[in-house]
Amino acid sequence: MQTNTSLPVRDDERPAPTPREISSRRGLGDRNFNRGLSLTGVSVLAVMAAVGLFLTIEAWDAFSAVGFKFFTTSTWQPDRRVFGVAAVLLFTILIALLAVAIALPLAMGTALFIVEVVPSWLRSTFIAIVDLMAAVPSVVYGLWGLFFLQGQIIGLSRWLTTWFGWFPLFSVSGDDPTSPISSGTVYTASTFIAGVVVSMMVMPIACSVMREVFSQVPPGEREGAFALGSTRWGMIRTVTLPFGRGGIIGGTMLGLGRALGETIAVYLIISPRFDISFHVLENGSNSVSSLIALRTPEATGFGLSALMAAGLTLFALTLVVNFVASIFVARSRSGAGSEA
Amino acid sequence: MTDTPLPIGGESRPATMGRTTVPTRSAQPTTPQVRRSIGRISRRDLVVLFGSAIASLATTELLFGRLAPFRGRLGFVVVAFALFVVVYGLLVSLTEDRPAVVDRVMGSLFSAAAVIAGAALVSVVGFTLWRGRSALLKSNLYVQDMSQAGPLDPLEKGGILHAIVGTVIIVSLALVVTVPLGLACAVFLNETRSRMRGVVRSVVTAMTALPSILAGLFIFATWVLILGFERSGFAASLAISIMMLPIIVRSAEVVLRLVPGNLREASEATGAPQWRTVWHVVLPTARSGLVNAVILGVARGVGETAPVLLVSGITSTINSNPRRNPMMSLPLAVFEFVRSPQQALIQRGFATAAVLMVLVLALFTLARVIAGRPAGRQSKRQARRTMRRSAKDLERIETVEGGTR
Repeated sequence: MQTNTSLPVRDDERPAPTPREISSRRGLGDRNFNRGLSLTGVSVLAVMAAVGLFLTIEAWDAFSAVGFKFFTTSTWQPDRRVFGVAAVLLFTILIALLAVAIALPLAMGTALFIVEVVPSWLRSTFIAIVDLMAAVPSVVYGLWGLFFLQGQIIGLSRWLTTWFGWFPLFSVSGDDPTSPISSGTVYTASTFIAGVVVSMMVMPIACSVMREVFSQVPPGEREGAFALGSTRWGMIRTVTLPFGRGGIIGGTMLGLGRALGETIAVYLIISPRFDISFHVLENGSNSVSSLIALRTPEATGFGLSALMAAGLTLFALTLVVNFVASIFVARSRSGAGSEA
Repeated sequence: MTDTPLPIGGESRPATMGRTTVPTRSAQPTTPQVRRSIGRISRRDLVVLFGSAIASLATTELLFGRLAPFRGRLGFVVVAFALFVVVYGLLVSLTEDRPAVVDRVMGSLFSAAAVIAGAALVSVVGFTLWRGRSALLKSNLYVQDMSQAGPLDPLEKGGILHAIVGTVIIVSLALVVTVPLGLACAVFLNETRSRMRGVVRSVVTAMTALPSILAGLFIFATWVLILGFERSGFAASLAISIMMLPIIVRSAEVVLRLVPGNLREASEATGAPQWRTVWHVVLPTARSGLVNAVILGVARGVGETAPVLLVSGITSTINSNPRRNPMMSLPLAVFEFVRSPQQALIQRGFATAAVLMVLVLALFTLARVIAGRPAGRQSKRQARRTMRRSAKDLERIETVEGGTR
């Protein structure tokens, strides 16, 4: 039996090791994979750009016919070449502002309730309630507003105009609230009712953004406030609210954007009018989106182009509002991780 | 302790040590200390709460009709709540200092906000079910369409099958487009190092808030006006896709962000290319969250009315061909029914709204159940399946080893 014996090479005689070449370059499959993924990202950009582009193309006829007067005319008669969004846009903004004014305190209160007040075993139930409110389709809110809320809220409208009628926003022409025969029909289908219904749809959206931000308050700061002897409200005032300021503003703006574009609930509730009026309690209102929904099915040619121009205005308005919202959220201390 | 720095390494003791003084303890504290209970609701709090509730209700009852000419349910609630806050604050201020009073009052305001939100949801759901109850209980609602039923026909005739069929077709077609595109876009946002990610992310956020009517108008301008196709269910599904896509992308991206990085690194360390890592590790880990994202998108898409109104149109017969002729969807049927002055049609509208709402709420509950588990945690059945599979693998490995030995 024979074996070959090999002596181990001594370390100092061994050639110096050359470092292996390491490449972070991806293989062909991965490069194609990345290209494909980029393509999907680009396609999303393209869809959004196309929405703006095609609305502009279709709206060009109408814009070039009336020019800047589109923003100062309040009637809507495209066949006579007299049309503009002044009144419609005003009502849209009034409805949205009313909705946000009602939704903001409700959303903040509910968010603080969920984060700070409610015991932890009930917390997920309340989160679910708010999420469910956001999930109810807008047509259902429209039904509720038209058949339920309207009957309940006329009393409030009348009360407001009786006591605060001196304030131009709450005055109502064509009804004397002290008269015993006043029927209340003046108060139906108003900007106010539409605003209340839209506020119910906006509230959960704003609330979930705020809740998200409030729940990210660093526990050290909260406990520090408590350790210094603060009450719960003192802690909220000095820690939670300053920390969540970006989220509060961002959530509100996001709600505002949603309120501006709300279509079907507003369509069901209002009766359209085309004169400039700040009387929010009065019968009749309008919005860009409900104008489009009302007129598009039977519009042709130039009328369609005018509607596209109105749509483009709404598109630009909501884009601006949403970008401002995302800037606020991203610049807040709670950061971009909590955006919308 | 003095603030002499300790020598590094701790080999030698510091030359000087400060003297430590132990505070002398007095034999007995001057006043007996009572342990304060924190966080619990004491019996006193409950008594104060109930007392002020009863006091405010009684006072409001007196005010309404007896002492002052007030009336109305809404006014009653508002006055009662305002009185409650005042009485509660007064009662608390008997024993507590000012910050504590403010704290209690603010706490009751937050609770009131939450109660209003809850009441709004309950009244929306309850009112819709109540008004639709008589039509909901007739079985023909679910198996007939409206082609044979006129506006004056009783609830025993006609139904919403055409809208149910239409909704199913429109949403399924939209899913075919949005699920692959949305998930791929979420992977793009989370897994690649592309420079475009920031732009895409903010555009997707902006798209989430795109008014639904504009999605409809866009499809109307391109598909119908420029390309010259007719209004159809397919056009509606395109418009709905635009609404669903950003929802799916955003919620899927959030879920993918939660996939632990060490799983990715472990996969890369075995030499797997990136696409295999994504396909075999990242996506399966986040599966429940991704399903949740898709369900949220469906819940949004099912409820959209305005785009379907613009690009599909209204019909009363079943149309199962998405390529031509109008196709109805559930929310559009609600909209169409309640625009009529006929009470029977309005009842049908409420019943349709109830069906739609139950569908959306069911989808939502399903999404919550599925998303209840964190990424990577398996259900019992999934865990059993995984164990069975690895047992089979072990068997295979052992037989192979046995063969070569």
